[in-house]
Amino acid sequence: MYVKQISVFIENTPGRLADFTKVLADHGIDLVSLSIADTTHFGILRGIVADPDRACRILAEQGYTAKLTDVLAVYVPDKPGGLAAILSKLAEKNVALEYLYSFVRNAGDHALIIMRVDKLEDAVSVLRDAGVRMLTQEDIQTL
Amino acid sequence: MEHRIWNPTMECMPRDQLRALQDERLRDVVRRVYENVPFYRNKMQQMGITPMDIRGVCDIERLPFTEKQDLRDHYPFGLFAVPQTEIVRIHASSGTTGKPTVVGYTGGDIDRWAELMARSMYCANIGKHDIVQVAYGYGLFTGGLGAHYGAERVGASVIPISGGNTTRQLLLIQDFGSTALCCTPSYALNLAEALQAEGVHHTKLKSGIFGAEPWTEAMREKIEEMLGIDAINIYGLSEVMGPGVSVECMCKKGMHIWEDHFLPEVIGPDGHGLPYGEQGDLTFTTLTKHGMPLLRYRTHDLCTLTDEPCECGRTHVRMGRVMGRTDDMLIIRGVNVFPSQVEHALLQVEGIVPQYQIVVERSGNLDTMEVQVELSPAFMSDTVKDMEALEAKIVNSIASHALVHATVKLCQPGTLPRSEGKAKRVIDKRQL
Repeated sequence: MYVKQISVFIENTPGRLADFTKVLADHGIDLVSLSIADTTHFGILRGIVADPDRACRILAEQGYTAKLTDVLAVYVPDKPGGLAAILSKLAEKNVALEYLYSFVRNAGDHALIIMRVDKLEDAVSVLRDAGVRMLTQEDIQTL
Repeated sequence: MEHRIWNPTMECMPRDQLRALQDERLRDVVRRVYENVPFYRNKMQQMGITPMDIRGVCDIERLPFTEKQDLRDHYPFGLFAVPQTEIVRIHASSGTTGKPTVVGYTGGDIDRWAELMARSMYCANIGKHDIVQVAYGYGLFTGGLGAHYGAERVGASVIPISGGNTTRQLLLIQDFGSTALCCTPSYALNLAEALQAEGVHHTKLKSGIFGAEPWTEAMREKIEEMLGIDAINIYGLSEVMGPGVSVECMCKKGMHIWEDHFLPEVIGPDGHGLPYGEQGDLTFTTLTKHGMPLLRYRTHDLCTLTDEPCECGRTHVRMGRVMGRTDDMLIIRGVNVFPSQVEHALLQVEGIVPQYQIVVERSGNLDTMEVQVELSPAFMSDTVKDMEALEAKIVNSIASHALVHATVKLCQPGTLPRSEGKAKRVIDKRQL
């Protein structure tokens, strides 16, 4: 029920992100989802790709510090209150959300939201019980 | 110009008499360390000499050098020459790695230090009519207490405010009517600018004794103009005593080394003493210290000496401004910092030493030190809070090992410059 997110350390200086995306382009790596958390000095780029292990290996070879993290890819009804209903379920079970961001593409009447939570297994069972659909890593590859 | 001299007998002693006194005191200290400090006894035995072989200053080159590393090897009290019951004060400065450099003083040492700082106060025309604001740090650092005891000895009213808290410094300068200031030159400039920013153009300040870090004639002119004072340069290091090893008189042409207590040499790259006027590694033998006497201690400060007579009437040799270091020590806001300490601090956090670089700048008047660290894969996290926690951990480790606040910047692996396979560790952008 998890998908693997790749997180990459990017220095907050002009050109660094351009360099990074060029590496992706040269190796045919497609980001199906993307977010960047930034501080004054650095940013953490987080993304979902079809083959995270390969992407991680290639980035390491190119000198990047990258890390894989299990996250949830959740189908959220694309209407007012859709996200609220899901987040309140998680809150009821004391699952804390570290961050979330949405997919570049959507799926019909649903938005795809990436969620990083502290208690992964609890979150999965809560959402599953509530009938919320989640993507698996295999699903990502066929997106 | 009138020159006030605290101890004319000693400070203006004819040089031949001074030399005879040094001969006698050198024989005494050599005997004391030989008898009481195994490190020196072993060294002298290895060199095949006994105290009897040292007739006086003419034999100084027969004695062994002492390096900062020797202090570290005998940490904490191994070079003390008296029982602990005789030690009344312990100071420490940053060592080259991890452990600090420790010095111990007997009651007599503290008394002599106060005497030399009293001479230094008079050199800067500070006496009993003055209110002295001591804005050097108090504590293990020798600056605060050194200046404090000297100012008390001349009968001045001492304000032991210690370093930092600029708002309070300005308040006391104005409300207490401080007439003299003791601090680092960069902090003096900082205070001067803060006073101007508050629209204060007149204070009662008339002199300042500034040291513990390198500065320039241009900085002196600026401090003197902005504060309307005489800015006097002072030199010292805790291993030898603390501030007051040497100080300028009002002529401001080099710092008089108190030669009745310290025997200076300037050592060239070949390990031999250089004549007056030539630049080399300043080296001191403490002639009168009892707690922790040192023979031929290499300061690694590059400077020259002159024995030309000074207009003030003092006969003691003068040293020029320190022109650099013969090792990689940095002085950041008055604190001695070695790259090896930073390396040690990083090792404590990460378990290995990552690629790093130290960038030192002077922004405004204060030194800033940024440690750029290439991020190790093991410490990569997908959350900002983890990464900021890592930065904070490194900042704290550097603060506790190098006793200095640094900012830390995590960098992508491979981005810090490397030269000939070895990284360039220090970029010092200060224009001094």
